[in-house]
Amino acid sequence: MEYDVIVVGAGHAGSEAAAAAAKMGSKVLLVTMDMTKIAQMSCNPAMGGIAKGQIVREIDALGGLSGIITDKSSIQFRMLNKSKGPAMWSPRAQCDRIKFSIFWREELEKIKNLDFWQDVVIKIIIEKGKAIGIKTKLGRKIKGKAIILTTGTFMNGLIHVGRNRMDGGRISEPHSTGLSEQMKAIGLRVGRMKTGTPARIDGRSINFKKLVRQSGDPERRRFTYDEVKFKRLIQRDCYIAHTNERVHEEIRKKIKESPIYNGTIQSIGPRYCPSIEDKIITFKDKDTHQLFLEPEGEYTIEYYLNGFSSSLPLEVQIAALRKIEGFEKAHIFRPGYAIEYDYFDPTQIKHTLETKEIENLYFAGQINGTTGYEEAAAQGIMSGINANLKTNNMEPFILARDEAYIGVLIDDLVLKGVDEPYRMFTSRAEFRMLLRQDNADYRLTGKGFKIGLVEEKKYNRMISKYERRDQWLEIIEKTSIKPEKVNNILEEKKSSRLRQGVKLREILLRPEIKIDDLAGRIDEIKQLVEKEDDYSKELKESIEIAIKYGGYINREKNMAEKLKRLESIKLRRDIDYLRIKSLSTEARQKLNKVRPKNIAQASRISGVSPADISVLLIYMGR
Amino acid sequence: MIQHRSLYICKVNPTIDFRDTICAVSTPPGLGAIAMVRLSGDRAIDIADSLIRFPGKGKPLKTLSPNVLRFAYLSDNMGLIDDVMVSVYHAPHSYTGEDVVEITCHGSAYIQQRIMLALIHAGARTAAPGEFTQRAFLHGKMDLAQAEAVGDLIAAENAAAHRLALTQMRGQVSEKIKTLRSELVDMASLIELELDFSEEDVEFADRNSLMDLAGEILHTLESLTGSFRQGNVMKNGIPVAIIGEPNVGKSTLLNALLQEDRAIVSEIPGTTRDFIEDTITISGFMFRFIDTAGLRASKDKVEKIGIDRTYRKIKEASLILLVTDINSNPESVQTRVNEIQSLLKDDEQHLVVVVNKTDKLTGSRKDETGRRWHETFDHVILISALREKNLEELRERLVKIPALKQPGDQEIIISNMRHYEALSHAAEAIRRTINGLNEGLSNDLVAQDLREAIHFIGEITGEITTDDILGNIFSKFCIGK
Repeated sequence: MEYDVIVVGAGHAGSEAAAAAAKMGSKVLLVTMDMTKIAQMSCNPAMGGIAKGQIVREIDALGGLSGIITDKSSIQFRMLNKSKGPAMWSPRAQCDRIKFSIFWREELEKIKNLDFWQDVVIKIIIEKGKAIGIKTKLGRKIKGKAIILTTGTFMNGLIHVGRNRMDGGRISEPHSTGLSEQMKAIGLRVGRMKTGTPARIDGRSINFKKLVRQSGDPERRRFTYDEVKFKRLIQRDCYIAHTNERVHEEIRKKIKESPIYNGTIQSIGPRYCPSIEDKIITFKDKDTHQLFLEPEGEYTIEYYLNGFSSSLPLEVQIAALRKIEGFEKAHIFRPGYAIEYDYFDPTQIKHTLETKEIENLYFAGQINGTTGYEEAAAQGIMSGINANLKTNNMEPFILARDEAYIGVLIDDLVLKGVDEPYRMFTSRAEFRMLLRQDNADYRLTGKGFKIGLVEEKKYNRMISKYERRDQWLEIIEKTSIKPEKVNNILEEKKSSRLRQGVKLREILLRPEIKIDDLAGRIDEIKQLVEKEDDYSKELKESIEIAIKYGGYINREKNMAEKLKRLESIKLRRDIDYLRIKSLSTEARQKLNKVRPKNIAQASRISGVSPADISVLLIYMGR
Repeated sequence: MIQHRSLYICKVNPTIDFRDTICAVSTPPGLGAIAMVRLSGDRAIDIADSLIRFPGKGKPLKTLSPNVLRFAYLSDNMGLIDDVMVSVYHAPHSYTGEDVVEITCHGSAYIQQRIMLALIHAGARTAAPGEFTQRAFLHGKMDLAQAEAVGDLIAAENAAAHRLALTQMRGQVSEKIKTLRSELVDMASLIELELDFSEEDVEFADRNSLMDLAGEILHTLESLTGSFRQGNVMKNGIPVAIIGEPNVGKSTLLNALLQEDRAIVSEIPGTTRDFIEDTITISGFMFRFIDTAGLRASKDKVEKIGIDRTYRKIKEASLILLVTDINSNPESVQTRVNEIQSLLKDDEQHLVVVVNKTDKLTGSRKDETGRRWHETFDHVILISALREKNLEELRERLVKIPALKQPGDQEIIISNMRHYEALSHAAEAIRRTINGLNEGLSNDLVAQDLREAIHFIGEITGEITTDDILGNIFSKFCIGK
């Protein structure tokens, strides 16, 4: 029996990959070491955040499941950066860790073509440079037209707690071996990365009165664009705590016990997510660090202490913890730990996430050197889509940098490679203003529908939303407003009075004036505030952004168009870069390794300087 | 020198193959005591070796240590061509970054031609205009700004332009702009920090310090763009307009100035100079007479040159020479001067009254009239263009005008139009940045302007180059010489 697509690993990448390929019609097998750990949140119990929230909405707009599952398991919602421009608005949700996993499994089980197998994959079967199946620990050989590897931190995973080292993919879960050795033998470049996670705390041992409470937004927004009803979970609060000199002293005293500082761990961890010992050593002058205590679930007493990731010995972690105000009697359920794992240099994959070396073999998630559930899920859905398309002899599905954060993510990986675990930031996107959380449906749902991943109902909702937006914009453009009608509202909002009649649009251009402020008074747009459902709110937000930020949006659109022209200067695949002596040595090697398709791609490769691009342009006869 | 001027109009030929070994006569065409032929490319040494023989035992050229000058015989299959001096430069330590051989021969056109033919027979091809510098650019020997400066250097017509081009070629402008760019990047980092890490426990730059930072950047940008007028003056000459009523001797004056200049230049032995019409060089400064053809044409027609007609010319000029006949009425000239003065920008434009035809008067009448002119005007120069009398005073006066202030050696002057445009755009983007900060715009919106500024600065040193810019550069200026 042969599958179309075999997905190895059922984390965030694997689950999205399996779901996407199966929904598009592939016969899919999802292989996992433990079926009770599907889409496990290995680190903090939250989805979204700055740039990451936008990614979750993009995945949803494309027809993925991370959005709806986050909504269903959410125990706190916040829209971050709400005081900034709309490009920065970023949804974030605390989730019930266990329910998140359960909901994922339920969703996957609903998909017809999706089969499961619990086992460990030890080898990819390769014939004539093509991946054709897998070999498992239980001795099964299973054939598949495409294989997607999503190994997370499991490939040769090594866990550190102080001087205590143990093999494992997550604490108390075995690691996997064999795959990276096989790939290395074939000639793939394998590297090692490090990440960490903090201790889990017994909430009953915490004096919450000494901490600062942080509640969710009163308005609970959704990640999903789907019109589905579901039961909301009970909302929980987070708490803010602070370290102090006494905490730092405890850690400094025992710093030699940390595998990072005694040389045991050599691999690179993320600079933006340092362990507590890193923070204290690197930022000596800072006498306090902020910590977040995040609930692990709807009812549980377990908490996750964000900001206190550590690989110090258990007793040092506890001693330091108990010096934190409110944590004097802290009891933990498990310590923080560091984990090292294998990844493959992502310049070895194409924009479809298929490896260049082995046809029909795809990599998604941490195996490509990324970090984060959202980044993993994004690669997952894209690999699932492309595996389906390839096995059906269809054109590949690639998102551009001005179309989605997912596009920025994959383009960066493939062209620039990674030298630390890669996380998305809004500053990585040249066209931030275009890649907003509010318009992910506008950007991607049409594409998702075209490839058969988005259902018709969702697509129609998107079409009608933007048709209606444009109609409203026309009305707002045309409607004239007399001063007496709005002047007292303007005054109330500390906005200057009108002297003469103006178009409604002019008033809405003022940053301090919202549709909600005016709609009650102006019959033409009254309808906009009559309904309070998600759809109406989204529509109103979309109208408001189009008016208030139209200028900024158009500027970026023009910039994007201008840069697109570089995409049209194609580079032949057979160029021997090593022979172009005028290129810098680094550029020669990088270009030869990455083999960009066009000048725009070449210009984004790290180590390829603008002077090198000029050289290429001259060689191209430009 | 014609060949060099054509630098500006030649286009990159897509059929050029950079693997070829190229040769060209690198000294100006025509008769001179000596001439230099340059060869560059992988086979430069081999090719030259096949033609060159050293006196005595005759070691091959390959063994000649680089960067030294040696006497040698150069022959082709017909026999000895010339006694020459040869030097070899090994890649990448040469102008082009390739192997280079320079052969200095006697200046006869026949010798030059025969050497070139011999080299071509031996496997070289003639270089396309600008190809040497183009190769230097391709081998990373210089950045875009530097390569452009090479063109300027070759074409430098005077001391100031020469110094300017030299400064730019040495990369000082690029350096300054790189510093500016990194300042901008610093500022952008501060802004992005608050956007991507707003949830983190870090201290964000406050509006005031961001504004200070932006203010500093703007100041640097403005001083650079401000130097463009001066840079332009240094490169292209100080624009001078000669105005005045018909038959006051404007053309005679111009011809007198130009002729003397020609004479001065040709007196310097060995100098052959591409003479640009209507420019003169005084004390190292170049003056460019604008729209003088129009002025000359007006000589044929008797018509009043009204203020309106000359207005355009006046606006372009840094220096306006108002020429008048010694027999004119100083008071009515005063009225005309006042009219013109009202059109001028105080700091940037200067008017000099030149009273011509002193040769018409003699003796006491001459002295008395002269006195009357000096009483009416503080600074007036009495000359005879026809007899070339007192032109020295006029020349001295010309070089004293404030537009010619000598920049210090450390001062960076922008003279390149493309740089000027990019800096202006960057300054504009920074002004919008400051406005945005002032108006309390969210940082993500401010960041958009800042990114634009960085983009434009990058255009100068080629750090953020686009097809558009390169297309523009290569269409106006062929990288190379």
